[in-house]
Amino acid sequence: MSTTTTRGVAKGRATTETPQVRKRRGVRGRTLNFWLFTGPFLIGLAVFVYIPIGWSAYLSFFEARYTVTPSTFVGFDNFTYMLTNEKFTDSLVTFTVFAAFIVPVTWAFSLGLALMVHRLRFMRAFFRSVFFLPTAVSFVAASLIWKMSIFSGVRFGLANTVLSWFGIENVAWLANPNPPWYWLVIITVRLWLQAGFYMILFLAALQNIPPELYEAAAIDGAKPGWQTFWYITLPQLRATSTAVILLLLVAAYQAFDEFFNLLAKTTWGRPPLVELYYTALGENQDYGAGSAGAMILTVLICCVTMLQGKFMGFGRGEESK
Amino acid sequence: MTTTVPPIKDARPGAGERHPVKKRGGGVSSIGLYFATGICALLFLVPFYLIVRNALSTDVEITGENWKFFPTDIQWGNFTELFDDPTVPFAQSLWNSTVVGVLHTVGTLLVCSLAGYGLARIPYKHANKIFYVVLVTLMVPTAVTFVPSFVLVSSLGWVSSLQGLIVPGLFSGFTCFLFRQYFLGFPKELEEAARVDGLSYWGAYWRIVVPNSLNFFAAIATITFISGWNAFLWPLVIGQDQEAWTVQVALSSYMTNQTVNFHLIFMATLISILPLVLVFLFLQRWLVQGVAQTGIKG
Repeated sequence: MSTTTTRGVAKGRATTETPQVRKRRGVRGRTLNFWLFTGPFLIGLAVFVYIPIGWSAYLSFFEARYTVTPSTFVGFDNFTYMLTNEKFTDSLVTFTVFAAFIVPVTWAFSLGLALMVHRLRFMRAFFRSVFFLPTAVSFVAASLIWKMSIFSGVRFGLANTVLSWFGIENVAWLANPNPPWYWLVIITVRLWLQAGFYMILFLAALQNIPPELYEAAAIDGAKPGWQTFWYITLPQLRATSTAVILLLLVAAYQAFDEFFNLLAKTTWGRPPLVELYYTALGENQDYGAGSAGAMILTVLICCVTMLQGKFMGFGRGEESK
Repeated sequence: MTTTVPPIKDARPGAGERHPVKKRGGGVSSIGLYFATGICALLFLVPFYLIVRNALSTDVEITGENWKFFPTDIQWGNFTELFDDPTVPFAQSLWNSTVVGVLHTVGTLLVCSLAGYGLARIPYKHANKIFYVVLVTLMVPTAVTFVPSFVLVSSLGWVSSLQGLIVPGLFSGFTCFLFRQYFLGFPKELEEAARVDGLSYWGAYWRIVVPNSLNFFAAIATITFISGWNAFLWPLVIGQDQEAWTVQVALSSYMTNQTVNFHLIFMATLISILPLVLVFLFLQRWLVQGVAQTGIKG
């Protein structure tokens, strides 16, 4: 901002004030305004983000069951408990397996959708809307359809109905971890909900590829199709691909809704947040161990986002071409 | 989370450029393309079809031996039956979700846009340090810290209350960050003219900056509302009493209930997604713009 005058100055009383006084008044007015604008947000941020994390860090060193004002200091016991607790380490394994499937599958599928929609000459807006529409549906509603209708373990579920046309026995999709068919349910529900969203990101990027590149490639004899895709489209989408993969990774890390609802009464397939939910808010209400778990997860996610920041520059807009 | 996605040039349907070289002469490949896209689109629509079909069927038809494509006798009565069902307070949860969704959106927009403007446009010598205080919170998604937040909110006595559902979510570092980035690009000349005319920062903000940024506000509002309506983890943690359930928590409770009334469950699902599908269809332009600008959802 170059405006340093106050209202009084603008009205012509400037002659009675020395430049220093005027400057000081301007600075003070701006400081006041700065806090007027940012104050409410910063207070809220302190109270609802910083204080909880600090409090939780404090709780994680105490025995805190059924209470948030504990008195027994236990040092790192909560941390060693969580890190040696098989359920918690299993949840990290579950996350790893989940991410190993969902990230590449969603990446490839949403890119495929974007390429198809991009090449359409008419009805493009219609198809884009259809693929994007599931974004409006919540994970809870989608889990419900998947669990009660499509992958219902009994005869009338859609998947089992279709299989029965080919003479295949009913499959207990969610109720049996061996074979782990529940992964198919988990992956497809998230794919349906998210693919359209990432397709929009890829479509935006596809529109930004200069057509001259394809023209030049055609002159050089590249065949449209696989060759131009491999040597032009894919490299041009590198920045978006990186962004999409990291976004998918962070989203997978926070997966809760569909696991919680689809696998409500089971003991398998619990990612970190679900495990943490049962630790802190289940029967034991162990806030000490829950806080320690939250701290461990926070450190892990910080590493992921730092990686993201390193790859993409922390939100520094334009340079991603 | 942050991404760096190039902006969509024109979000209006069908306005994108086409690559001249990519146009194929052969009608065969074009038919193949439409065929593949059409199959995918059908698959994407199957869940919607199932919701509508099951919501308007009887339990016998849903679980029947032979697959019925659509109920022969459409059960509009499922709608009233759902609201008369005493086991799940569905009407109350719809009301809660509406209140939470609207206040969450209005509050977030107000608090975060003001802060974003202050950080972007009002010179202050410690502004950079304060910006870092905001940036650090972007490293940790709020979902990961639900235990700490619950500890705080429960000691405030806000469990099972609307303020417990709304207030902690208002202070989104990411939304503030988006507004800051947006205001950095807002034309300075407009504000300077206003300030020369004697408006304060506050006056210039409300009379000049906000009215000229309605598109951006609409994009952020749409995304904020959708994520507020669809949120599950935090409402689940806070909604210990039935009176404080949001619609997502109510839906989830149907899945764990002892008795399973398929037709009611699907009617509830239909009603819960209807507002968002409408928001989606009418505000799609802003939504697509918002998604492309910010690269976020929920």
